[in-house]
Amino acid sequence: MSEPFHGTDLLDVDRLLAEDERLVRDSVARWVDERWMPIVKDHFRNGTFPLELATELGAMGLLGTTLVGYGCPGLSSVAYGLAMEELERGDSGLRSFASVQGSLAMYPIHAYADEALKNRYLPKMAKGELVGCFGLTEPDHGSDPGALSTRAVRDGREYVISGEKLWITNGSCADLAIVWAKVDGQGADDIRGFVVEKGTPGFSAYDVDGKLSLRASVTSGLVFDEVRVPEENMFKGVRGLRGPLSCLNQARYGIAWGAVGSAIAVYRAAVDYAKARPQFGRPIAGFQLVQAKLADMINEIVKGQLLVLQLGRLKDAGVSNPVQVSLAKRNNVKMALDCARSSRSILGANGISDEYPVFRHMVNLESVFTYEGTHDIHTLILGRAVTGISAFE
Amino acid sequence: MKILVTVKRVTDYERKVKITPDGSAIITEGMNFVPNPFDEIAVEEALRLQKAHGGEVVVVSIGAKDATTQIRQALAMGADRGILVLSDELDSDAVARVLVKLVAEEKPDLVIMGKQATDDDANQAGQLLAGYLGWPQATFASKTEGLESEAEKAQKPGVVIENGEALVLREVDGGLETIAVTLPAVVTTDLRLNHPRFASLPGIMKAKKKEVKEVPIASLGIDVTPKVKNVKFAEPPTRKAGVKVADVAELVAKLKNEAKVL
Repeated sequence: MSEPFHGTDLLDVDRLLAEDERLVRDSVARWVDERWMPIVKDHFRNGTFPLELATELGAMGLLGTTLVGYGCPGLSSVAYGLAMEELERGDSGLRSFASVQGSLAMYPIHAYADEALKNRYLPKMAKGELVGCFGLTEPDHGSDPGALSTRAVRDGREYVISGEKLWITNGSCADLAIVWAKVDGQGADDIRGFVVEKGTPGFSAYDVDGKLSLRASVTSGLVFDEVRVPEENMFKGVRGLRGPLSCLNQARYGIAWGAVGSAIAVYRAAVDYAKARPQFGRPIAGFQLVQAKLADMINEIVKGQLLVLQLGRLKDAGVSNPVQVSLAKRNNVKMALDCARSSRSILGANGISDEYPVFRHMVNLESVFTYEGTHDIHTLILGRAVTGISAFE
Repeated sequence: MKILVTVKRVTDYERKVKITPDGSAIITEGMNFVPNPFDEIAVEEALRLQKAHGGEVVVVSIGAKDATTQIRQALAMGADRGILVLSDELDSDAVARVLVKLVAEEKPDLVIMGKQATDDDANQAGQLLAGYLGWPQATFASKTEGLESEAEKAQKPGVVIENGEALVLREVDGGLETIAVTLPAVVTTDLRLNHPRFASLPGIMKAKKKEVKEVPIASLGIDVTPKVKNVKFAEPPTRKAGVKVADVAELVAKLKNEAKVL
């Protein structure tokens, strides 16, 4: 019998990483193992997120990781990706927290807000002392955000925001919300971004009840009932869909890496279980059908690793484009979901228990499959890219 | 206060070590390497002392070029600079004599080392170093589980420095003792002294720019011919399958007659 292969790096992708990139990955891995893994099961059961870890995530440099200045860590996209991979190996809800804070809340402030807003929010957000959320999706507008119906009407030196947002990660625990609303007309070009602080009269949040996925994460609805914000809180630097889509492009990049982490978690669980579980007098890992499932998993994980690493290198060189991000998000999340379902089947009845991480990852990935551009929308983005014909606009 | 702290590159204790068929060596190919966990505790203690008393933390490793990674890990935690003595693997006595040279050059107030490395478990280098230097030593430094909050535990060093002395709580057979040693001194760390911090991402980036001086061992002018040689490595015996007993009476009988523990 040959030596069994340990780990998930069958193609020695590690060799493509610099020393500091490996140190980032290993340090975040240790943090996840020591600080997150012991508590995730209870949080998932109870439907809670341990907000007290926000400042630890900040101290680790996991909030706004790639942003430069204003107390932000300023790391490369590859180092950031490796960190997101480790966070999502812990749970998609943990990675979502960091994604929303960094890519969806801090990023637009960093990119589009004026100096006063940057200085007011970014240093505290990088430390995890202030939590942000991102309000784009509405109850009636998901894949077609250009049709959003939240309005911001100018009144003197203020804007009056009215509307509703839904499926907002961190919504009810956030100190501030990035809200996208239409200012002048009804067109997508009228979309502008605003910072709305918690406690502003007319602004309230409620939690989505009955979630069967991303349970270790806060998912909320936001209600804006004639909420008055000063005009300074509007992003001067961007208008139209480009604003929110540029944020999503950052977040999707992190998701593509994170999904590999989920896949690794469910793959490891499947290998360990298959080797330890005897049936018909030998470990089920010795059966061809089980080996085929494990081989398919590691095969796809290796490809997914290479995909995001190349994407990260392109991003760090400043030459990546959103279509490549769609490709990576679409491929890796579907890959991870397939791995999770396959792993679940290897674990048999135990696969439905939260004693193992597999089912948790599997149902989490159903959300990841849908959020930040559904799998189908990314398919259409690729379709448009290869044909020049848009199937959805 | 200047603190010299050692970090050894060792095989990952979470991975199974493989041995060459002739039992002459450990197969390092494909092996993961980590900082000796006791040394990470030493680095953490040095950083806490530095925070309390100021000064500099210098990290030393002895080994091949690859050990730079373990020095960078300590620098990422917050240490100021590193020294890598480029060398083949040494025995504890040669390690101690290399450190004597570095101590003469750096003139630290304190040398903090892991009590032992998890690869060879020799537990000698710290004691030998203190002997060669003629310095007092406080081995197996520990800390009582007091009423500290988590935040306090993350701040306070276990080693108390006052009036030119280091007060060190030691784990000894049968309990704990506190000794005072005059500085300069050698302290070796036990498991319960502290919980090493996580290297932050910005810390890892800063560490890239910190100095790591490379010193070829030949330049130190010491004889490092090993006095201790590894003669043979062997796998631990494989565990035999257990037996099932029908009831408590049978279990007690077996414990009494076969295992002879009752």
